[in-house]
Amino acid sequence: MSNQEILEVKNLKVNFDVRSEGDMPWTKAKKLKAVNDVSFSLKAGETLGVVGESGCGKSTLARAIVKMVPAESGEVVWLGNDLLGMSSAEIRPYRKQIQMIFQDPLASLNPRMNIGEIIAEPLRTHYPKTPESDVQARVSDVMNKVGLLDNLMNRYPHEFSGGQCQRIGIARALILKPKLIICDEPVSALDVSIQAQVVNLLMDLQEEMDLALIFIAHDLSVVKHISTKIMVLYLGNMVELANSEDIYKAPSHPYTQALISAVPIPDPSVEKNKDLILIEGELPSPINPPSGCVFRTRCHKAQEVCANEKPDFKGLSKDHSVACHFHD
Amino acid sequence: MIVGKKGKIKKMAENLSESGAGRSLWKDARMRFMQNKAATISLFILLSIVLFSFIGPYFAVWSYEQIDWNAMGSAARVGMPSIESGHFFGTDDLGRDLYSRVIQGTQISLMVGVLGATVAVIVGTLYGATSGYLGGRTDQIMMRIVDILMSIPYMFVLILLLVVFGRSIGMLFIGIGLLSWLDMSRIVRGQTLNLKNKEFIEAARVTGVSDFKIITRHIVPNLLGIVAVYATLLVPGIILAESFISFLGLGVQEPSTSWGALIKEGAGTISYDTEWQLLFPLAFFVVSLFCFYFIGDGLRDALDPKER
Repeated sequence: MSNQEILEVKNLKVNFDVRSEGDMPWTKAKKLKAVNDVSFSLKAGETLGVVGESGCGKSTLARAIVKMVPAESGEVVWLGNDLLGMSSAEIRPYRKQIQMIFQDPLASLNPRMNIGEIIAEPLRTHYPKTPESDVQARVSDVMNKVGLLDNLMNRYPHEFSGGQCQRIGIARALILKPKLIICDEPVSALDVSIQAQVVNLLMDLQEEMDLALIFIAHDLSVVKHISTKIMVLYLGNMVELANSEDIYKAPSHPYTQALISAVPIPDPSVEKNKDLILIEGELPSPINPPSGCVFRTRCHKAQEVCANEKPDFKGLSKDHSVACHFHD
Repeated sequence: MIVGKKGKIKKMAENLSESGAGRSLWKDARMRFMQNKAATISLFILLSIVLFSFIGPYFAVWSYEQIDWNAMGSAARVGMPSIESGHFFGTDDLGRDLYSRVIQGTQISLMVGVLGATVAVIVGTLYGATSGYLGGRTDQIMMRIVDILMSIPYMFVLILLLVVFGRSIGMLFIGIGLLSWLDMSRIVRGQTLNLKNKEFIEAARVTGVSDFKIITRHIVPNLLGIVAVYATLLVPGIILAESFISFLGLGVQEPSTSWGALIKEGAGTISYDTEWQLLFPLAFFVVSLFCFYFIGDGLRDALDPKER
């Protein structure tokens, strides 16, 4: 089982139509390339970390995989079936295998339902004939699994702390025993101490249930802790994809290098003497991205060729690919 | 796994929380509503009025259509309120007992108000929630229909309907019900647009919950607060509309009556020293409307504590 690729994303592109104020209805909308030509594959039990600054398309990528936003082109192959070509009825049986965890723990729970109902909802949706006693048993089982007491079942979301709410969200994602969980910045809204708890919980569950995770975050140290592979996105484009260790030891793309040098080291003397690579300037508009390499406007290595030619996404080794003309 | 001495902690937690049942948002809201004096008193008065309209007939000496021939034509001298004659609220100009007629008018007016508002709430909520949730072109078309209906002068249409199809309570319902859901659907649509992008809706969609279930299970319950508030404000509006129509002489048909019809009769005879004919129905009308508005206010504060 463990060596089989369960998810393969090929050349995924997501565009949004953007109309500015005062445009006439017949004017052609501008295309915002939110995700541009992203490909990766994932095996059972693996974790793909996705990092990048805000607005680089991390969440859009996650939503495109589960068809919450329509993709322009590309393929999302789940256990040999292309999800993007399916109608909403055809995709339903696959929904129970892919679940999602969200950024804002409280907002992802319906305030009018108690948490027993919230956690049981996926079960009741996909197996409506399950007898009530079985549902209760499954719910309390999964609540114990995520470290919640099952006597809290009748309480409402506003009575819980952020960390507990995120555990409820995880319980809801787990109840159908999925094969893949997409975590959209699951810890960004939590305290650092709670972050560690939630991340460790996810890792324990992953080991126990042979889960694959797609873990989106902008905190590199969290991603390093949990991921087997890391993908760095910039303006919707993949700039680097490698094993977690390689990317920290030998980052090849100037953008990745800058990101990694920005991770604070919890030792003041080391931190003070560290070489910081600063990225200057603003993130360019994704409606009007730079020609050639998207990063060239802020890159310290940029030369003429970068403006004219878009660098290929080429493999340095088997598990390490980068999109740069002058990679290290 | 996470909690080491789970058994022990579990036992403690069970002791701490008596039953483990949580306080839902509704229970919180009910508590806040009870703390609002004006709203609680209004609710009490309104319930008394409703109760009175059901129990009152058992104490009545005269029925609402029976004519007291002694009082007929000389209401100012004979038909004044008195316990002896059995006309507790006096009589109207034709010698009919005002006590029974006010009770009858109360029943009709409240029924028109509550039923009209119920129809408006159900149609408006489903229409607005569907339009807002589906979005895009469907939303555009559905909302333009509402705009078009809204631009038709409502009183004019209602009067035309009643004139063309004849005066009847049924027609009045259809007329009022047809038009009063429009505002409701707009409010609900706006609120739905707001809810639609919340993460719990997205979570339900990722899980594969059907659109219909998302609307009924996730969107509508979260709209109920604003719907409840708007409904309590809609009831007096509909009562007012019905009263106005009745005041014009187009509403309910004799010998049935309503607050508006009674007020009209009372206002017509005010120069003959029979002021009770105006004051009794007017008092019921005004007090009930005040109560509805106060309750609506109280509900809004209770259900939306942040916006006070």
